[in-house]
Amino acid sequence: MFPYLPHTESEIAEMLTAVGASKVADLFADIPPELYFDKPLNIPEGISEYEVFKKLSDIAGQNRVDRVSFLGCGSYDHIVPSVVKHIISRSEFYTSYTPYQAEISQGILQSIFEFQTMICELTSLEAANASLYDGHTAASEAAALALNSVRSSDTILYSETIHPFTKQVLKTYFSGLDISLIEIAEKDWTTSYDDLKSKLAPNVAAVIAQSPNFLGFIEDYEGFADLIHENKSLFVISSNPLALGVLKSQGEWGADVAIGDTQPCGLPSYFGGPSVGYLAAAGRLLRKMPGRIVGQSLDTEGKRAFLLTLQAREQHIKRERAASNICSNQALAALATTVYLAVIGKKGLEEAGRQNVLKAHYLFERLTGELPVERLHDRPFFNEFPLRLKKDPLSVLKRMEVEGFLAGVALGRFYPEKFGDVISVAVTEKRTREESDRYVEALKRLLQ
Amino acid sequence: MNLPKNLKYTRTHEWVKVKDDIAAVGISDYAQEALGDIVYVEPPETGEEVKKGDEVATIESVKAASSSYAPISGRVVEVNKDLDETPELINQKPYEAFIFKIKMSDPSEIEELMDAGAYEKYLEQEKESH
Repeated sequence: MFPYLPHTESEIAEMLTAVGASKVADLFADIPPELYFDKPLNIPEGISEYEVFKKLSDIAGQNRVDRVSFLGCGSYDHIVPSVVKHIISRSEFYTSYTPYQAEISQGILQSIFEFQTMICELTSLEAANASLYDGHTAASEAAALALNSVRSSDTILYSETIHPFTKQVLKTYFSGLDISLIEIAEKDWTTSYDDLKSKLAPNVAAVIAQSPNFLGFIEDYEGFADLIHENKSLFVISSNPLALGVLKSQGEWGADVAIGDTQPCGLPSYFGGPSVGYLAAAGRLLRKMPGRIVGQSLDTEGKRAFLLTLQAREQHIKRERAASNICSNQALAALATTVYLAVIGKKGLEEAGRQNVLKAHYLFERLTGELPVERLHDRPFFNEFPLRLKKDPLSVLKRMEVEGFLAGVALGRFYPEKFGDVISVAVTEKRTREESDRYVEALKRLLQ
Repeated sequence: MNLPKNLKYTRTHEWVKVKDDIAAVGISDYAQEALGDIVYVEPPETGEEVKKGDEVATIESVKAASSSYAPISGRVVEVNKDLDETPELINQKPYEAFIFKIKMSDPSEIEELMDAGAYEKYLEQEKESH
């Protein structure tokens, strides 16, 4: 195989002449000689196409896809109707990137417009963008939006109960800037109202919380919006969109910005991504929103047409004053969510949500009732729950793998002191009762 | 180029109309034409204290977003609410569509601004240098 498609010798000579260099090495003259790596690269010789195919197939063959997954913590094993794959595999969608020569691609624009509309309906907020990279970036973009909207603000409060990855991305986003990130403590595994109250100050741009939270618990935000708005700050809530079929939406809680990750709606876990971040906001914040926004209008013949709108916010126009440098979206993955939501519809979303709750509670009741494990709290949860094993979770999980289960995520990875012996178990609508029963029996044998 | 004689001008293309201790501020005919169709104006907040030269408003057109600066120090006492819904007023009537009004803290700063004649010369220099 060619390692790459090379330029011809004559093309190289022509380009060198044009820029006034005598050899290719001259182009790198600015790099000090001691920084050059002057040995041959330690990579194997080229091999034939068939050999590459064989090698990669062998590696792919080592993947185990037969284990039953109870993994959650942000990425879940849900049913994806086969129509999703068929529609997003159409070459018109599959091979195109986020629209740059936008208005010529009416089909893509319409699909994004539908995505935005669905996100607005799910979150009960007025304006949504064309999607962001994932839920964690969405949280950081929401924070930037707030910092740009709330005058003289330089602080973001986030709840201890949001996903640890979100905290990491927030820290990365705002490192090097004069922005403070302050954590609101949890109480009984939910955001503490009292701690929030004590930390609200005039320089707080936003409060970021998550429900269902990182542990799976459903948070109660009664009184939060009033408290936050009295302080002239924005309330940002992250939610699993699938849970919004059965839970109060961000808009209903009085949030100004709704964010989250649409992976549970139409996207497999893959190897941890790609997923899709969504962001919706109150109408008055429209001008401060990051990313692309598709609008609906009329063309010169008076027919419905779609366009990229409000681009003056974006960095190709607003330059260094732009509030965000997102100029892309997760077009194909967002389309998967759009198709998913369109296919299952209102009733389907409710039904999926209900089944997640019921199936997760079935396994939870059996495990906590019959096994020597402990619940963390009696708080209501959606489709995942923490379980204290009182044993080394890694060895238990390893042995459960042999039994055919990806039995959960060891939370010690995120919080070694607090959750050293705790695992998080997720049960989606995809799990059957028989699978859950076998899980209980297998874990029972291991813990005896 | 329309340059009313009763106004003062800045190098950043704002116009200033003074009445008693209140200065109304907008952008010049030259500025609105250079920006093109204006689609959004983000004004300062009423009550805000500003210093001469502070970046206080943002004007977005279909092709650019640019800042507007305080030509004079003082407190913002009014912003033009009509621009929320009809920012194109700036294109249509640049010298009627003020963006904000400042209660001046140091009216002598007015002397540092250009009159119509000086601004016209300044524009010519600008055009030549481009």
